[in-house]
Amino acid sequence: MTIDPWILAFSAFTVIGTIWMGFWSARKSKTAHDFFVAGRSVSVGWNASAISGEYLSAASFMGVAGMVMSVGYDALWYPVCYACGYLFLLLFIAGPLRRFGAYTVPDFAEGRFDSPIFRKIAVVFVLFIGFFYTMPQMKGAGTTLAYIFPGLPYWAGVVLIGAVITLNVALGGMKGITLVQAVQYWVKMFAISAPIFVLLAVYGGYGKQLDENQAVPAPNPTAQVQTAAPQASLRPPLPENAPVDATWLNPFGPLTTKAARASGLSAEEARPYSLLYTYSLIIALVCGTAGLPHILVRFYTNPDGAAAKRTTMWVMILIGVFYVFPPIFGVLGRNLLPDLYLGVGAKGTDKVVLELPRILNEKYGVLGSILSGITCAGAFAAFMSTFSGLLVSMTGALAHDVYGRMLRPKSSPMERMLAFRISAVIVGTVAIVLGTQVEQFEINFMVGQAFAIAAASYFPLLFMCVWWRGMTMKGAATGMLGGGLLAMITISLTSFSDLGLLGLKDFWAAHPLLRILSEQPAIWAVPLAITLMIIVSKLTKREIPTDIRMKMLVLHAPETLGLKQEYIQEHGGH
Amino acid sequence: MPPDNIDQQKVHSEEFLRRLMRDQLKLSIICAAGFLSALLALPLLNFFLPGLMATRIFGFTLSWLILGILFFPFVWVISYIFIKRSIALEENEAKFVRTSDRKPQGR
Repeated sequence: MTIDPWILAFSAFTVIGTIWMGFWSARKSKTAHDFFVAGRSVSVGWNASAISGEYLSAASFMGVAGMVMSVGYDALWYPVCYACGYLFLLLFIAGPLRRFGAYTVPDFAEGRFDSPIFRKIAVVFVLFIGFFYTMPQMKGAGTTLAYIFPGLPYWAGVVLIGAVITLNVALGGMKGITLVQAVQYWVKMFAISAPIFVLLAVYGGYGKQLDENQAVPAPNPTAQVQTAAPQASLRPPLPENAPVDATWLNPFGPLTTKAARASGLSAEEARPYSLLYTYSLIIALVCGTAGLPHILVRFYTNPDGAAAKRTTMWVMILIGVFYVFPPIFGVLGRNLLPDLYLGVGAKGTDKVVLELPRILNEKYGVLGSILSGITCAGAFAAFMSTFSGLLVSMTGALAHDVYGRMLRPKSSPMERMLAFRISAVIVGTVAIVLGTQVEQFEINFMVGQAFAIAAASYFPLLFMCVWWRGMTMKGAATGMLGGGLLAMITISLTSFSDLGLLGLKDFWAAHPLLRILSEQPAIWAVPLAITLMIIVSKLTKREIPTDIRMKMLVLHAPETLGLKQEYIQEHGGH
Repeated sequence: MPPDNIDQQKVHSEEFLRRLMRDQLKLSIICAAGFLSALLALPLLNFFLPGLMATRIFGFTLSWLILGILFFPFVWVISYIFIKRSIALEENEAKFVRTSDRKPQGR
């Protein structure tokens, strides 16, 4: 295999274009203050595109398709819950946080309890969750580069892309600029939909492709004999290790039954475990999205609350339309490119979005290469925007909170600028090193794990602090740390044993239930965090902030009443 | 600057805060219940009625059609209802504390 010039050209164009746009718009708005004030004039359409652009990461663009191809139906929960999670955020958290004027979880944690200590705890969690979330982005980068340059090892792609983005962030490009994010949404949307329309037109519709999988419902195994249907199948034979039609097409397939099947349970016995896995996954994804409030910053770039709500409606539509497409790649990939089942790591199903359009070359010359170049461009837009965004917020947390507030509160602006650059390099390096270790995990799966940790820590914090007056700082901190750290530990245990660093395989095989609860901890970790918050808050009742009524008013009263300004004036002394 | 034609005593009353939180939470919970009941019922349907959920419609299985396509418009409907209602709710709350006479008071 050689390097395809079309694919290379489209990818290079995206990378250079993204970096150039970042610097161009960063020069136009020098400071964060400029950004937010200028942003207040952003129109609903641009703003909705920008939020959606920030939301769609490598997991949405590459990971969902790869996972649908490898495990089938069960992977559909991911795109649906990513969209539903946004709705949950809208219903319970977005409005109050916007009124409160908290841009980030640490801002909110500090403002809600007037507690700089709690801010520090929240900052540490920004870094933890951030690193879990950068790993899949790095896998996306390594996979894409290994596809464009067939001889390149996975780790080299991770290092190269990681270094470019880190340098870019350290030099001050890539601030979360509305224009760049908005353009990137449309790049991703075009890149995921255009090839699909062509592929479906050439090879037959979505339903027809699914119909190729002649499966019968799982609990009726005798009928499986009929799958060798007399009608001529257009698809090449599936490799041995691909899931068979019945388990792929129907619920409770390889993803959710893996743990139970590993311990030797029959398909029928594994189904209740599967149901548990599915529910835990749903809770993790829905609550986890609501706990990833780097998205929230953009609610402030609307002129008022009503515009913010209209923006949100458009975001729901933009991301909903997008999420219809990645699963189609997975379905088509199974029928048209089954060789990907044989690949492992960066050569596996995660690259189906990139490689699938190329099969059109057989029929229409370079059309396949051009479309493949377009999906590569979309992939670059996806992991570059998310990785940059995460790097900016994590570096900000490290430089602004850890250095500027904890280590050297009296440092000069010059020193802080330097600290920002050094922090960017440190965070970038750690993310790259972690990224090189995760080749064998699916992109989408890793994002799900990051969401599970967010669901067990940030979501209970935000939800309870917004709706319950009785919260104390100690209660909030205990719940967030208890739920979040335990979820992180159990997830790490399963990941380390899958990587072969821990010899727990026999233990998991003997205890499938424990394996599922460790791999997908949300179903117990979210209630645990909330219970801890209530118990500890009740025990420390005397420490409820004295101005709690005012805080609650600011969180809930309509913005037109101007309570926020009043609150700032009262607090203006310090 | 806060607008002037507002009954400050009413704004800072316990009654107003309770009313605010109760009405908002009620709206959010109703909308959440709507979409959660659909989201959480689907695995149960898959579990107990696998035959029905595997029915073919245009080549899709019923379950795939619901989760892969139909769920997104459903979420749009819920968010549309929520956004409409919550804007109306905010206007209502603002009206509740606004004084009837609109002449500005010196601050």
